Amino acid sequence: MHDAAHGSADDVILRVEDLAVHYPIGGGLRGGGRRLLRAVDGVDLELKRGECLGLVGESGCGKSTVALSILGLQTPTRGRIVLDGQVVTGGQSLDRMALARIVQIVFQDPYASLNPRQSVRRTLEAPLRLHGMTAKSEIDGRIEAMLSHVGLRPEQAGRYPHEFSGGQRQRIGIARALILNPRIVICDEPVSALDVSIRAQIINLLLELKETLGLSYIMISHDLGVVEHMSDRVAVMYLGRIVESGDWREIFERPAHPYTQTLISAIPDPLRRAPLATTRGEPPSPLNPPDGCAFNPRCRHAEAVCRRAPAPSLDVRPDGHAVRCWRADEIAGQTVAEPSAAFNGSS
Amino acid sequence: MTAPPLIEVDGLRIDLDDGSRRTAAVEGVSFRIDRGETFGLVGESGCGKSISALALIGLLRRPLSIGAGAIRFDGREIQGLPAAEQRALRGNRIAMIFQEPMTALNPVSPIGRQIAEMFVLHQGKSWREADRLAVEALASVRVPAPERRVKDYPHQLSGGMRQRVMIAIALACGPDLLIADEPTTALDVTVQAEIIELMRNLCAERGTAILMISHDLGLVANVCRRVAVMYAGRIVEERGSDALFRASAHPYTKGLVDSLPRLGTRAALGRSKLKEIAGVVPAIADFPAGCRFNPRCMQATEICRSTAPETTRLGDGGLVRCHHHA
Ligand SMILES: Nc1ncnc2c1ncn2[C@@H]1O[C@H](COP(=O)(O)OP(=O)(O)O)[C@@H](O)[C@H]1O
Ligand SMILES: Nc1ncnc2c1ncn2[C@@H]1O[C@H](COP(=O)(O)OP(=O)(O)O)[C@@H](O)[C@H]1O
Ligand code: SF4
Ligand SMILES: [Mg+2]
Ligand SMILES: [Mg+2]
Repeated sequence: MHDAAHGSADDVILRVEDLAVHYPIGGGLRGGGRRLLRAVDGVDLELKRGECLGLVGESGCGKSTVALSILGLQTPTRGRIVLDGQVVTGGQSLDRMALARIVQIVFQDPYASLNPRQSVRRTLEAPLRLHGMTAKSEIDGRIEAMLSHVGLRPEQAGRYPHEFSGGQRQRIGIARALILNPRIVICDEPVSALDVSIRAQIINLLLELKETLGLSYIMISHDLGVVEHMSDRVAVMYLGRIVESGDWREIFERPAHPYTQTLISAIPDPLRRAPLATTRGEPPSPLNPPDGCAFNPRCRHAEAVCRRAPAPSLDVRPDGHAVRCWRADEIAGQTVAEPSAAFNGSS
Repeated sequence: MTAPPLIEVDGLRIDLDDGSRRTAAVEGVSFRIDRGETFGLVGESGCGKSISALALIGLLRRPLSIGAGAIRFDGREIQGLPAAEQRALRGNRIAMIFQEPMTALNPVSPIGRQIAEMFVLHQGKSWREADRLAVEALASVRVPAPERRVKDYPHQLSGGMRQRVMIAIALACGPDLLIADEPTTALDVTVQAEIIELMRNLCAERGTAILMISHDLGLVANVCRRVAVMYAGRIVEERGSDALFRASAHPYTKGLVDSLPRLGTRAALGRSKLKEIAGVVPAIADFPAGCRFNPRCMQATEICRSTAPETTRLGDGGLVRCHHHA
């Protein structure tokens, strides 16, 4: 299912194979009733060197759980993660320290993720010391270089998080992620908490750093405009599984899965009025997934085949565009939202 | 004589009193909304959108207070009204929904009861009649199985369902104006899409005017006919929504629109660096002299740093507050 045809082995810096994370839920005193929440249920991903892979889907679909698994902060129930040629899951796993030198994360809320009682210098110095850097001059040099990389001034190193604006705090969050020279950075909603006028600054910075430092990104965001702008490839998740993936242009210009089409048309555009809602209802609970295709209760195209087991499998086309939908061939290419469609509602 | 606008805000100033000093958090804010109209207030966090809305419905609390200006509803000044009359106005004719419905809902009362209460308190219905109307109200916001759902408590509902309940409560008494303050900011875009369509369809059917507050330019453009852009406590531009986003007159509006990674742009034009707006939004204590946008504005000249621009009327009837507007 993980398409070996695409990208030679050493092109690939990260491979996620059949990853599953199941949380046991409930059970309580009366015994029994213990159920499994399948937060991630058989995800395959491939990240190539120097690439930005967009990961999108509604909240609760398992994006952060995938991220935590890659970072070694969540033990998978099943599956393998191969980082830079090394298997990091299971018995032979890399230790946390080694992992931290390869992959790091930038969180959504830079304020919540920074220690308010630590100056910027302390925040950046701690991982360096932990990883064996002791010479003060070396540490200072590295911190100074990193601050200038992210657009902060060296003299700001002595300041505390509350002395910075939201955008500057996210710059600190980025500096912390990069201080150990990782190869991969997972950005989990990095601009969602920022002022609109600041987002472009951070997006530009992330793309610039990717080029100058030769990084690979996994970009998690619910803002498809951001994902389209930044990604080389895109994977769409629904209820713990990938339902569509492919080259960014394929995904945005020829979305094949009804769910991807729904996500794209739901984004309101200031220069275009269009009906936003093309689906009804909310995602089902991962504790109680529907039979057949997980999207069928909300899908405009669902037919009998979609409502009974088995679930559709991820069908990989020759160009690498993969879709998990029984009816993809029939509905692909249908326009999602007519730009000129009747606009009911506002006067 | 033409009918007065539904609501008219004239020169509103909101003071923030920190004990030693009084500063204007919002200043010179004027706008009007006609019956059945959709009006948007857009701007970044902290620019004064929410406190302006609270001022409108008489809910500003210390350390904030109205320092100057008039608010007229249906031609009548509402600031001086006795508390009881203000309450009645809020229940009956002006309704409000917020970003986080949990804070507005009573956690220990079934949702049906909370909707029914509106009919009892504001329309003098019997509880029996009100309960029946509550089921209808839930059905109108497309909550499935409303007869059963009326017995649910807020925590049993998803965020999207709670916001539907809030809309049911808000529209229960057929208000003339619905103020929606970031009503979908906490929701997924798919759920947002449904809530927004529900809100605008219900309001259009009933002739309810909407004051929609959001930081999301796309959302406001899709809901509102006219839009005002706030920056640092002032309205800097007010236009018909098409003109506002397609031919922005204020450098801040233009900067915001240009900075967005809009869906489809890369496919059409290739990837180019996003246009940035330098600097940050100032805190109230640091509002600069002159035009408040001047430290971040590419077009700023001497006069922008010294003199606050007045409001200018544009050819299309729009308003802009800039010395060098387009
Ligand atoms: N520690 C946990 N215990 C139980 N359930 C969890 C835990 N962490 C996440 N979940 C559940 O797993 C699912 C996926 O969560 P998450 O990966 O955070 O989604 P996303 O990042 O896409 O919003 C959700 O249903 C969430 O409630
Ligand atoms: N209760 C309060 N006490 C002090 N300052 C407040 C209070 N409420 C709001 N403010 C300040 O008033 C300004 C405008 O706030 P608000 O209207 O909430 O902004 P927004 O445009 O994000 O809705 C902000 O600088 C905010 O910090
Ligand atoms: S498999 Fe059926 S229900 Fe699922 S997305 Fe495709 S058409 Fe819709
Ligand atoms: Mg998450
Ligand atoms: Mg607000």
